[in-house]
Amino acid sequence: MGSAILNGILMGSIYGLTAIGLTLIFGVLKVINFAQGAFLMLGLFSTYWFVELTGANPYLALIFVVPFTYFTGYYTQKFLIKPVFESEKDVREPIGVIIVTTGIWYMLDNLALMLFGAEYRTINVPSLSEAISFFGLYAPLSKIIGFFISITIAGALFWFLKYSKMGKAIRATSQDREAASLMGINQYKIYNVTFGIGIAICGIAGTVLLPFYYVYPTAGMHLDILDFVIVVLGGLGSIPGALVGGLIIGLIESVGSQFISYSWTIEIIYLLFLVILFVKPEGLFGVKGEF
Amino acid sequence: MAFLKINNINVAYGDIQVLFDVSLHIEKGEVMSIIGANGAGKTTTLKTISGLLHPAKGSIIFNNETIDNLPPEKIVEKGIIHVPEGRRLFPFMSVEENLEMGSYNSRAYDKRFETMEEIFELFPRLKERRKQMAGTLSGGERQMVAVGRGLMAKPVVLMFDEPSLGLAPVIIKSMMDAIKKIANSGITIILVEQNIHASLSISDRAYVLEQGYVVNSGNAKELLNDPSLKKAFLGI
Repeated sequence: MGSAILNGILMGSIYGLTAIGLTLIFGVLKVINFAQGAFLMLGLFSTYWFVELTGANPYLALIFVVPFTYFTGYYTQKFLIKPVFESEKDVREPIGVIIVTTGIWYMLDNLALMLFGAEYRTINVPSLSEAISFFGLYAPLSKIIGFFISITIAGALFWFLKYSKMGKAIRATSQDREAASLMGINQYKIYNVTFGIGIAICGIAGTVLLPFYYVYPTAGMHLDILDFVIVVLGGLGSIPGALVGGLIIGLIESVGSQFISYSWTIEIIYLLFLVILFVKPEGLFGVKGEF
Repeated sequence: MAFLKINNINVAYGDIQVLFDVSLHIEKGEVMSIIGANGAGKTTTLKTISGLLHPAKGSIIFNNETIDNLPPEKIVEKGIIHVPEGRRLFPFMSVEENLEMGSYNSRAYDKRFETMEEIFELFPRLKERRKQMAGTLSGGERQMVAVGRGLMAKPVVLMFDEPSLGLAPVIIKSMMDAIKKIANSGITIILVEQNIHASLSISDRAYVLEQGYVVNSGNAKELLNDPSLKKAFLGI
């Protein structure tokens, strides 16, 4: 039981990490990025190929995965999403952009299918799947490392948004984009950077997940749907909300499966999702525009 | 050559044209008012100067440079700063952070701490509230932050859109005094107001807009006594 709680917290923090990218992009662009899962798959695959081709430690892949996914996100927004934004300038929640992200999702999934085939791939690093004792509780080393990476990334992102000039500009844009452009903030540049950061977080999540996860072209799907639940649970646009939502989902999944079958825990998660939508639709931390 | 010159602009939101052949100019160091009833096109004029909208026809010249095709962030770099209607503060940022956002542009950013001290001198109230979230301030305090945020940008031309809107008369008075002080420091001011007495009394010149057309212009003191002004202002 204790180990189940520990594993739930560790896994939950990683779920939280995958959800942070989604919530950040929504908070600033006011758009649900349906391609988030596909970008997570991109993160998983780029980690996989890095490890496969270099034989290095999977966490070393971050030095390649972070810039690669950041620039992928940056230029995806710049060349594919921005033109649609510009044509829907006066709409608060542009629907066209959501459809574009859905298109990117399908394109990436099928591109991966075409290039890498449909088989499940995994990296085998025995030292990482070893269970480590943690105050008498047991958890695999890979999840413990994943937990620390997730918390560090969340903390770093929080610091960046709170104190850096660019971070403040991102917050200002999320709170009032027209007023922000009157401050001399280039709205679309902020969108590019935010999308880049959101996708880079996806990439990091891919690296963190790979040691105990499979990668295949639709690998992002399961987590993608879970992320929507997490983000709505925590409050759309709220970064602490995404972390807390992730922890709750992780705990339900891990502790629940001690008593009932795994598919029933998923049932419980979606039931909770519906209850939240009925009772507190803005989510646990839902304050519009606040990170 | 005027400092800022607007030549025969037409501006539309989609299919709906709001400004028709509007021309106006402003000299360096002047306080210029644009007055008119609701929907006359005053806010649209400011938004076109600040680059949020672009004219379908006509041009805007600032310091002998055409600026009507530039995006807002480039206009800000030129020193034309727009304090928007309804304050438009960042509600989940502190007073200090809001002011800092004002100094985002490259001309102002390095001097932001000195400029902030000057603003705290102009509005001592803001110094007490510096850590408070902007969304929790009173109307008058919000307007002070909005004006302060405009000053943080080190403006050459500062445009105010309805600074007296929703404020108590005594606060309107101190707001107008503050604007006069800003004008005396050498900043050129464009003031858009429905409160004609408050705005004309501190202005040098004024333009009267009516349903998208400039219908009258001239010396502010003379306009204040002009009977046709009532017509424009009440829209009858």
